[in-house]
Amino acid sequence: MAGSRPLVEMTGISVAFGPVQALEGVDLRLYPGEVHALMGENGAGKSTLIKALTGVHPVDAGQITVQGEPVAFSGPAAAQAAGISTVYQEVNLCPNLSVAENLLLGREPRRAGRIDWRGARRRATEVLGRLHLDLDPSSPLDAHPIAQQQLVAIARAVEVDSRVLVLDEPTSSLDASEVEELFRVVRGLRDDGVAILFVSHFIEQVYEISDRMTVLRNGSRVGEYRTAEISRVQLVSAMVGRELEVLERLDRAPAAPADETESPVLRAVGIGRKGAVEPVDLVVRPGEVVGLAGLLGSGRTELARLLFGADRADHGEIAVDGRVVRIRNPRTAIDAGIAFSSEDRKAGGVVGDLTVRDNIVLAMQASRGWMRRIPGRKQDELARRWIELLDIRPADPDALLRNLSGGNQQKVLLARWLITQPRLLILDEPTRGIDVGAKAQIQALVAEQAGQGTAVVFISAELDEVVRLSDRVLVLRDRKPVAELAGEDVDMDRVMGLIATGGEAGA
Amino acid sequence: MTALVERVRDVRRVPTRFLPVIVTFALFVLMFAGGGLRYDSFASGQVLLNLLIDNAFLVVLAVGMTFVILTGGIDLSVGSVVALSTMVAAALLRAGWPPVVVMLAVLAGGALFGLAMGAVIHYLEIQPFIVTLAGMFLARGLCYVIDLQSISIEDPLFRTIAQTAVPLGEELFLSPAALVALAVVAVAVYVLHMTRFGRTVYAVGGNQQSAMLMGLRVAQARVGVYVISGACSALAGLLFTFYMLSGYSLHAVGMELDAIAAVVIGGTLLTGGSGFVLGSVLGVLVLGTIQTILSFEGTLSSWWSRIVIGLLLLVFVVMQRVLARRGAAR
Repeated sequence: MAGSRPLVEMTGISVAFGPVQALEGVDLRLYPGEVHALMGENGAGKSTLIKALTGVHPVDAGQITVQGEPVAFSGPAAAQAAGISTVYQEVNLCPNLSVAENLLLGREPRRAGRIDWRGARRRATEVLGRLHLDLDPSSPLDAHPIAQQQLVAIARAVEVDSRVLVLDEPTSSLDASEVEELFRVVRGLRDDGVAILFVSHFIEQVYEISDRMTVLRNGSRVGEYRTAEISRVQLVSAMVGRELEVLERLDRAPAAPADETESPVLRAVGIGRKGAVEPVDLVVRPGEVVGLAGLLGSGRTELARLLFGADRADHGEIAVDGRVVRIRNPRTAIDAGIAFSSEDRKAGGVVGDLTVRDNIVLAMQASRGWMRRIPGRKQDELARRWIELLDIRPADPDALLRNLSGGNQQKVLLARWLITQPRLLILDEPTRGIDVGAKAQIQALVAEQAGQGTAVVFISAELDEVVRLSDRVLVLRDRKPVAELAGEDVDMDRVMGLIATGGEAGA
Repeated sequence: MTALVERVRDVRRVPTRFLPVIVTFALFVLMFAGGGLRYDSFASGQVLLNLLIDNAFLVVLAVGMTFVILTGGIDLSVGSVVALSTMVAAALLRAGWPPVVVMLAVLAGGALFGLAMGAVIHYLEIQPFIVTLAGMFLARGLCYVIDLQSISIEDPLFRTIAQTAVPLGEELFLSPAALVALAVVAVAVYVLHMTRFGRTVYAVGGNQQSAMLMGLRVAQARVGVYVISGACSALAGLLFTFYMLSGYSLHAVGMELDAIAAVVIGGTLLTGGSGFVLGSVLGVLVLGTIQTILSFEGTLSSWWSRIVIGLLLLVFVVMQRVLARRGAAR
């Protein structure tokens, strides 16, 4: 089914943002009539590569050719004019307008300068018919569920005879039958000879729809594979990398996971939320580190958000220190002694325009109530102690947080939560995007906190980190818990196998 | 089967979009009928036409404001631009400029004023509220630079336009200003519904980010609506001049709020993306009817009209909220 020669060929693409090398010498080939999956964990460079292709980011080195001709797009509009359309994860349409208008906005058929509405409706019906979509073109877009809107977005993308269609995580908010509908459309387009680049975190979906895949890790290409020729375990191993041999196991006394008598800090029973994560049981005892392993979108972050009340669970029960608590929002979680360091530091944690000191005392001040201000001297003392303890640099309590490096911002965030002496500390990717030295410091800190009796839930995209730090590991896959490993069973191969196959024999 | 369900849903949905306008229309009919029952000679054709004649400038202002609000913006400067336009027109006429040139100069000035505000809003990414608030103070201040006193207009063309009555059958008439207002409404409806610019205005109000990613001319639409609003304000200023036959710094104080009230009562969402020019016209007529009823009543203070407008606004905003919730829940 593959054409003899690629429609789009990207060779040696490098993109840097300031000092950060986001992509280095990456190749990608898209063939007509083929679905090509782009795989990789967070920060692997998938979205940067898509943006390089569609002209959002200029490339620093490398060449892009379309049908053999070198191109350099000035932006998405130019890429679209050359037949490369992109559909993003969020539906980028106007909900207040009709389906037909959303299909044709900006290129409505006109007669004598005015929009030819009858022609527009006819054209819209044609386009919808081509994708076998049964939608009334004159109905408003927001009358339809998000999955249908997604399909309208695809219809809009192919309305202009696209030869290349980029689908950036189109399935992340769809349920199984909606995904089927989407795939039906994608297959139809593939059979029409469109080259499709498909980005998704759902391994099963990728195996179902793609013919070929390219795996990225840390801004480099790991390899290009035919989907039929790579096993799930090989794929996951390519995505997460295997640096197990070089990193030593952290020097820490194994906690006493066998001590089942000790009452758990956290006992969650059947906690879940529709569309986010299916019911999960989770127990964390004092001094224990429980890792959540899984790929992006497996439900690991979603579970953490439920525990902290950032999203509300629609079933299940949470008990902290043996007492059932209703976690309605982050505030009730904090009152119950739960701290959560979010995956997205910028959006969910640090306040860039405040000083290091202000950021450190923020949570403590909040728990005291705004009327009882922490005295200035006490603030200074706290800030200095934690700056020293966590080796935050620059060691200046008055520095603005946004001027600190990612690793140091993360340390400030940790200090903020540790100061409140939480019973349960949930860390979602605390080491993402920070340098190796800071990473090791944060890992040591997690181990130390656990040693002092804090219960820790640890999430990381880097499996070796999870394996090294955790006493027990809960493996999640496609929003479902698949297994829990403890003690000797916690090892890289086993975790990876579970992520890849979900624990079914073989694969 | 699903097609049938879609159909049924459609039938229920179409009114949701038009519902605010229909409610406003019903309210207008109700108020007018109520007035007719209570006062003799209220329910006459001429009283109805007088609503248009007395509020022609407000209709034009509300049309311009509708464009701006459809994109999710706001224009607080329109009242001051009306006052400035009356002052500029009166001052230029006093200086001996030919009346037609004066009119064109005022219109161009209003459009340029809007262009400047729109450019600042779009390219410097500053809140429309603040930019047009600055524009409001600026325009009002410029009035005083021209003259502290009221300038009366003696120009024969202006006087003729002011006093002309265009007969409509027997015993009914409209003013030229009212005809201009109706023409503006017709052009606005055409532009909003029959041109790409108009559809982009709606798209920007629905989701600006999406509109940009769809490759629409977002800048043209966002700046354009302020140009339109500025030109409409200048035109309203000219109509107001015909009405008052003077230029004065204290003309049209707070009129921007009447225009916004008319647009909101007419069912346009302040968040943008949804609404109709005809709704805004109905909004103006509702405001005008309140005034007319008060003048027929005679004994009531004019502040009562403010109280009624306030209550109406509240009711309409709450109604939009409820409709939006119901729409989202579906």
